[in-house]
Amino acid sequence: MTEFEPTIVAFFCNWCTYTASDLAGTSRLSYPPNIKIIRMMCTGMVDPKYVIKALLEGADAVLISGCHPGDCHYINGNYKARRRVKLLKEMLKRFGLEEERLRLTWIGASDGLQLAETINTMVDQVKKLGPSEIKSTMVI
Amino acid sequence: MSTFSKLEVKDKDIVTSLQGFFKTLLESKKIDAFMVPWHLPMKEVVMPTLISDVEQLDKADPLAPSFPMNAAKIASRLTKKPAGQTIALVMRSCEIRAFIELIKLKQGSLDNTVLIGIDCLGAFDNRDYASFAKKEVSTVRFCDKILKDKSENIEGLNLAAACKVCEHPVPDNADIIIGLYGIDYQSELLLEAPTVKGEELLQALNLPKTSESASRQQAIKSLISDREAKRDKMFEETSLATSNIEKLSGYLASCVNCYNCRVACPVCYCRECVFVTDVFDHDSFQYLQWAKKKGRVKMPTDTDFFHLTRMAHISLACVGCGQCSNACPNDIPLTELFRTVSHHTQKAFEYEAGKNIEEPIPLSVFNDKEYEEVVGINKQSTE
Repeated sequence: MTEFEPTIVAFFCNWCTYTASDLAGTSRLSYPPNIKIIRMMCTGMVDPKYVIKALLEGADAVLISGCHPGDCHYINGNYKARRRVKLLKEMLKRFGLEEERLRLTWIGASDGLQLAETINTMVDQVKKLGPSEIKSTMVI
Repeated sequence: MSTFSKLEVKDKDIVTSLQGFFKTLLESKKIDAFMVPWHLPMKEVVMPTLISDVEQLDKADPLAPSFPMNAAKIASRLTKKPAGQTIALVMRSCEIRAFIELIKLKQGSLDNTVLIGIDCLGAFDNRDYASFAKKEVSTVRFCDKILKDKSENIEGLNLAAACKVCEHPVPDNADIIIGLYGIDYQSELLLEAPTVKGEELLQALNLPKTSESASRQQAIKSLISDREAKRDKMFEETSLATSNIEKLSGYLASCVNCYNCRVACPVCYCRECVFVTDVFDHDSFQYLQWAKKKGRVKMPTDTDFFHLTRMAHISLACVGCGQCSNACPNDIPLTELFRTVSHHTQKAFEYEAGKNIEEPIPLSVFNDKEYEEVVGINKQSTE
């Protein structure tokens, strides 16, 4: 049997984490292809709907990543994202969503190495968890 | 601190006494109009009505067990722009709390208003109220059933699910609170003025002063703890019934995406909901794509998506009024679901919807150091 390959939808902020993923690439650091990156201008514009939709459509996990506190290109977008993730985690865990399936991290533009490590760890964690039950049970 | 006065009740008829009290306020010219539940002349239906003529208050009945809509929405309409006239808003506890949330969302104002809250005796859902109205039972009799017999079953009808688990029977944040619990309501009502606005109004009426009795405080305390126990049981049952997405999907299975719950919700205030915009006006090709992906797609689509999104939007502002369930054509117990989730999300932000007008809405503010537990990838599920 082939190993379970999770799909992780990632919302990366243009200024920090997306730049870090570029850096990881130019530094020839590898990370697993399970991650599907969506470039956002800021984590502050990740509407909770995007996360809910990704999970309902069968994503095994969602990763939101942006600038460290104090570094936001738009001053406070990441603070808003943090509160939204707090709300989403609180809400979705009522319906059995595991901690590992929704992650928020801060990865700066120069942290290509940290980005590769984060994705590697996250993919491992989700593999251990197994496929999202939503994929098999949902009829939309 | 609150000041307390007494309102005499004649012939054990609290409804007429309340009407008399409202009339005195309207006659005093300190109030230009009342928004109050009112018996419509053409059918046995009670609707929030804006009244400027004293005579019309004869049909005002804020204690009727009817709750066709959350009047916070009307209050928002009446106060969004200054009218230069004072309106007394007679509302239930949950309506006042929803109105406070709407004010925080800049959808209304307390300027030129007097909030009058009455100890809430609960209400039936629309269907049960229609049956109740046919029985021609008076509101006074209903009050006796609740206050004297402490019964929740009135003529074979039960109060709405939201009312049975409501832990706010006494309204907060009103300028005048009319007390019914724990007093001899058949001979006098308690008028509490927690704000300067309320105090000034009551002072002008020269009513006899009194104080809040220990028996009233005790009655309220025991009622609240009784309701909290019922509420916690409801939370437990609902959590169990929706403990994973598949169960949640089953819980919402009869939803036909009519969005009545969203229309009825007092704190769902967007003029245009994203779910009726082009974003969800999918092409037929898209539906076929979805169908092909798994061999079938339930129509209408996006049902769970809608409810989860609504939850993300309003759970921090949910006051548990129960209008979502009341509006559902397919009897989905939405109140139970939304109250359960809201209880946890509000707790997570140490926030209580409608409690304090000074307290900012959690998603409208932020700090640089907070909620660090949600950041990072090291936290594991506890299973």
